[in-house]
Amino acid sequence: MKALRSLLDKQKPHFAEGGKYGKFHYLFEAAETFMFVPDHTTPAKGVQVRDAIDLKRYMMTVVIAILPTLFFGMWNVGHQHYIATGEQADFLTKFLLGAKLVLPVVIVAYTAGGIVEVIFSLWRKHPINEGFLVTGILIPLILPVTIPLWQVALGTVFAVLIAKEVFGGTGMNILNIAMTARAFLYFAYPTELSGNVWTYLPVGSKTVDGYSGATALSVLNEASVAAVDVQNGAVAALSDSWYPDLFSFGNMFFGAIPGCIGETSTLMCLIGAAILIITGTGNWKIIFSVFAGAWAMGLLLNLFAANGLGNAFLGVPAHYHLVMGGLAFGAVYMATDPVSASQTETGKWFYGALIGIFTVLIRVFNPAYPEGIMLAVLLMNVFAPLIDYFVVDANKKRRLKRATV
Amino acid sequence: MAEVAEKKSTATAVVKEKSEPLFSKKNRRLLSDPLDTNNPVTVQVLGICSALAVTVTMQTSLVMALGLTFVTAFSNLFISMLRNTIPSRIRIIVQLAIVALWVILVDQFLRAYMYDVAKGLSVYVGLIITNCIVMGRLEAYAMANKPWPSFLDGLGNGLGYGVILLLVGFFRELFGSGSIFGYKVFAATGLPFQGNGLMLLPAGACIIVGLIIWVQRARNGYSEE
Repeated sequence: MKALRSLLDKQKPHFAEGGKYGKFHYLFEAAETFMFVPDHTTPAKGVQVRDAIDLKRYMMTVVIAILPTLFFGMWNVGHQHYIATGEQADFLTKFLLGAKLVLPVVIVAYTAGGIVEVIFSLWRKHPINEGFLVTGILIPLILPVTIPLWQVALGTVFAVLIAKEVFGGTGMNILNIAMTARAFLYFAYPTELSGNVWTYLPVGSKTVDGYSGATALSVLNEASVAAVDVQNGAVAALSDSWYPDLFSFGNMFFGAIPGCIGETSTLMCLIGAAILIITGTGNWKIIFSVFAGAWAMGLLLNLFAANGLGNAFLGVPAHYHLVMGGLAFGAVYMATDPVSASQTETGKWFYGALIGIFTVLIRVFNPAYPEGIMLAVLLMNVFAPLIDYFVVDANKKRRLKRATV
Repeated sequence: MAEVAEKKSTATAVVKEKSEPLFSKKNRRLLSDPLDTNNPVTVQVLGICSALAVTVTMQTSLVMALGLTFVTAFSNLFISMLRNTIPSRIRIIVQLAIVALWVILVDQFLRAYMYDVAKGLSVYVGLIITNCIVMGRLEAYAMANKPWPSFLDGLGNGLGYGVILLLVGFFRELFGSGSIFGYKVFAATGLPFQGNGLMLLPAGACIIVGLIIWVQRARNGYSEE
């Protein structure tokens, strides 16, 4: 540690303004503060009260909260592969296979986005943004493991460039950056992001009888298009899976199901949510209201289904919506993005609830989009400032009414 | 009737503009400004709808650009000639009638000689009639200026629109279908290529227009006040 410190201290003058590598000052600063506490102190004038954690520590906390889903995702990638091929494998084999497949995606996302970050920090002379530590790990987690690596790179570059740098860098973006990357890839290369792409099956590998790579949501989508019993058809379609109990509520909560790398496990997302809430980095109101909104919408649709209205998807028990697909992942890591979410406390309730409601609506009524959380989060990102505007406006009106003058 | 009016006004215009050459500096600027600093699409943000709709391929972009240039230039010319006789209360309807004349000519021409392209452009040729650029130039320029400058102004704005359309069409066709004017570039050079579906959607055009605006503003040093 000491050797590192003295090495950095020796190099520092070269990177200071006017030094040999003055242009790369921010690059040096990023490396230095990544390892050590920043050395700048409060000036005589200006802000005097400071928090113990800066943006870098804040973002690292989020990365730590994401790690459970990443590790679970690695195991699940291996697990899905081995149950699809019908081979027996122990925990470590599954995990290592998953790690071998997932790590390149993570590395490519970090490298591609990092290059864009560095170019912009040198060009615009702003410090390198720590926010990318989070974005770079979120992007791989919301992609299928089979995605070609060049698409990961392209999607990441697009998101960092168009969703963030165009608007002025970290803290200025309107849309969630990781979701933008996914939306870009989803519309640009739909064949790699939908259909039976969720399980790693190298060319020529044999699958067990009756195997289907469909996720719970696409199974339900098919059931809703086919004319099956509106009330119970959905659950029947889910329980009729090729692998015993694959889409039971418990298994979907645990997360050993096909899906994007990090999104499958609601349990791991909840652990991450606990870390975020305890450390004060994530907002519990948003997380809770996303789940509540989705559940309430599910209940409402169940009422229609109980009267025989609509398609079979309406009859999915409301609590199933909370564990299928990426709702939990989106609620915990995407919707809580402090930049693109609502800023007012009341607004956060509306923001979260509407994300949940829209997610379920898109899932149930639009067969073209099996999963709705991506579009719901992006849509509400756009509307978050409007929600804030109404909340602030209502507060003004209330106070004006109270005023006696 | 229109012919008479045309002869009359050009005659007067020529007499009055004797002191000013046809391509004076001022008139040249009418042509060159809309290409860059006062571009109808990227600066005034007009005509976005058709710019997003017809730019999937370069061929449709080019035909649309030429069609709009033709309509804007000649509508400007005719409205400018009639500008002192149009009652201001009904000027919009008169403008529409004249624009419609040119649009129908373009439409019929395309149907007769380039049927496939006309199919590809679908309703957007007809919709030139409501294009903001056409109506905007009529209201903002032709109603208050002489025929020759008005004609140049219409021509310049049509070309400014066309430049952006071709740029957008170039990127959309190249990345969306891997070709330029229908010529398969990637297949010909043997490079691997996978069509980018976003470029085929209007959203892709929206992003490209945004990028063009970004580059243009960075170059011209423009900043929003």
